[in-house]
Amino acid sequence: MAISIKKDDCVGCGLCLESCPYPGAIVMESGRAVITDKCVECGACVDSCGTGAIEFEETKRKTGADLEQYKGVWVFVENRKKRIANVALELLGEGRKLAEQLGQELAAVLIGFDVEELAKECFAYGADRVYLVEGHAFANYSTGPYTAAFSQLIEKYKPNIVLFGATHDGRDFAARVAVRIYTGLTADCTELSIDPETGLLCQTRPAFGGNVMATILTPNHRPQMATVRPNVMKRREPDYRRSGEIVRFDAEISDGDLFYRIKEVVEHTAKTVNLEEADIIVSGGRGIGGPEHYHLIEELAEVLGGAAGASRAVVDAGWVPHYRQVGQTGKTVAPKLYIACGISGAIQHLAGMQTSDFIVAINKDPEAPIFKVANIGICADLHKAVPYLTERFKELLK
Amino acid sequence: MEIIVCIKQVPDTTEVKIDPEKGTLIREGVPSIVNPFDEYAVEAALRIKEEMGGKVTVITMGPPQAVEALRKCIAMGADDAVLISDRAFAGSDTWATSYTLAGAIKTLGRFDLILCGKQAIDGDTAQVGPGIAEHLGISQVTYVQRVVSVSDKAIQVERSFEAGYEVIETPLPAVLTIDKAANVPRLPSMMGTMKALRKEIRTLTSGDIDVRPELLGMEGSPTRVKRTFTPQPRKGGRMLQGEMEDMLKELVQILREEKIV
Repeated sequence: MAISIKKDDCVGCGLCLESCPYPGAIVMESGRAVITDKCVECGACVDSCGTGAIEFEETKRKTGADLEQYKGVWVFVENRKKRIANVALELLGEGRKLAEQLGQELAAVLIGFDVEELAKECFAYGADRVYLVEGHAFANYSTGPYTAAFSQLIEKYKPNIVLFGATHDGRDFAARVAVRIYTGLTADCTELSIDPETGLLCQTRPAFGGNVMATILTPNHRPQMATVRPNVMKRREPDYRRSGEIVRFDAEISDGDLFYRIKEVVEHTAKTVNLEEADIIVSGGRGIGGPEHYHLIEELAEVLGGAAGASRAVVDAGWVPHYRQVGQTGKTVAPKLYIACGISGAIQHLAGMQTSDFIVAINKDPEAPIFKVANIGICADLHKAVPYLTERFKELLK
Repeated sequence: MEIIVCIKQVPDTTEVKIDPEKGTLIREGVPSIVNPFDEYAVEAALRIKEEMGGKVTVITMGPPQAVEALRKCIAMGADDAVLISDRAFAGSDTWATSYTLAGAIKTLGRFDLILCGKQAIDGDTAQVGPGIAEHLGISQVTYVQRVVSVSDKAIQVERSFEAGYEVIETPLPAVLTIDKAANVPRLPSMMGTMKALRKEIRTLTSGDIDVRPELLGMEGSPTRVKRTFTPQPRKGGRMLQGEMEDMLKELVQILREEKIV
């Protein structure tokens, strides 16, 4: 028990009982306060005692003084093939705001093989400093080496806040880093702010398919870590005159960190696949009538420079592959424009796209629930409307 | 091949109620199902067992009623199920949950493969699978869209990322998190359902598993829920009227004026 009451010093005043938030954790026995096994060692009683009879031994919990050592906002700069992921640029913008509020600096963490040239991009988008980790082990994203390097970097430089994109890779290793260094990680945030009183990071995220929002804190552990949904935060206008300090870091990667071997990397050839990074998504539902009509959706998406999605019904019928599915058991997306074609708007679909900035629905059925969430609704046959839009935008965007 | 599948019982409805005093979700009284992604994990486990032989054990951490979710998995064909349940686990975040599950897995003994769903549809964190792997110090592959091949010592899978997929070979033991594309889960058979009804399901409490009490539940959890609230429902906008061409012309004009396209 990390909290104990010195019997001889207790005068039985009962002040500690009043201060205790957990019923039954402190009881009076023969005129002396006694801690029971209901105590969760929150420490709320310690300052209540007038005679100093309560001893609180901090175990794994870090004390206030320790937390103060953690300074700065970090952003993991995800990159593949020498291109920085959009979400990382968005996070540099958001991280810049948080860092300025806290009066702390913003650092980008760049991991890869021969990626130093990307540092100038990080500075342009707001970073004051770049931590650069390079090596063959990082040439491809790989769970073990990335976890090891990032954890070592945190242990050495002690950041206050660390942000990752809520991408497949970001979510894959951020969860491991959080466990390794014993800190909190809040998944898939859509809003971040600093509590003006405590200086804590308020991490707001949707849960239960977007029906509930929860604001999460990491009060007693550092760094405060979050993964953030792509397309939600705003990136800054890049300023290529900005520069900063590059700090090289040699991570120690042992054989034990090389968990697995990547035998092959296959990228989809269609341009309209990357739903998570797309500004515009055109999605098709059962109303398209059959797999042979899905090209209508793809063509409009391509003309708009966006991605083509689908509803669960269309995926389950085998008309298009699962990686195109938007919704609860598919992808969660938040593009600037979402055009739902022949999609009725089942709740499981809405869960995946209702945070889009602007929603257009095209459906033959005037009663389709999708119209209840759409900014603009058009009751029409998509087989005529979609090709018409494709032609119009082809002319306009030439 | 000893396979452990970690599942979660989740509410089946989108109508979520919140305790107005505590600001926490009320899970009682809402119909519950096996998290859909976990069914893909169970199916993947059953297929690997059919190829390699061995045993599939399904575990869940949750309240006593979560045993129903375990029975469903027995009905699908799992050999054994274990409920990990204790008031001491209340308030666990993903750190404490993965720590508890890892402790239970160590207690259960030998394992070659641990399968989880990609994420749960209530919390949507996708953090517990990697957390278990880290607590156990073993390999992980997340977002598995296909199991390519498996041997006694290694497994080859496809892991999806935003623009494609990677073919990865990992040594065993390992944690895999399974995505929907991996398979179509079988329905429980009549025989399986009968077996599930009769099956005695063990419960492990905090005292039975390999964990330190101060790292469990709310106390072991680095995160705290400050508040929960219901977001403003999205309001439907305008239904355009008129002939199709006129409506579409108007749409294009709106999208141009709002600088969306």
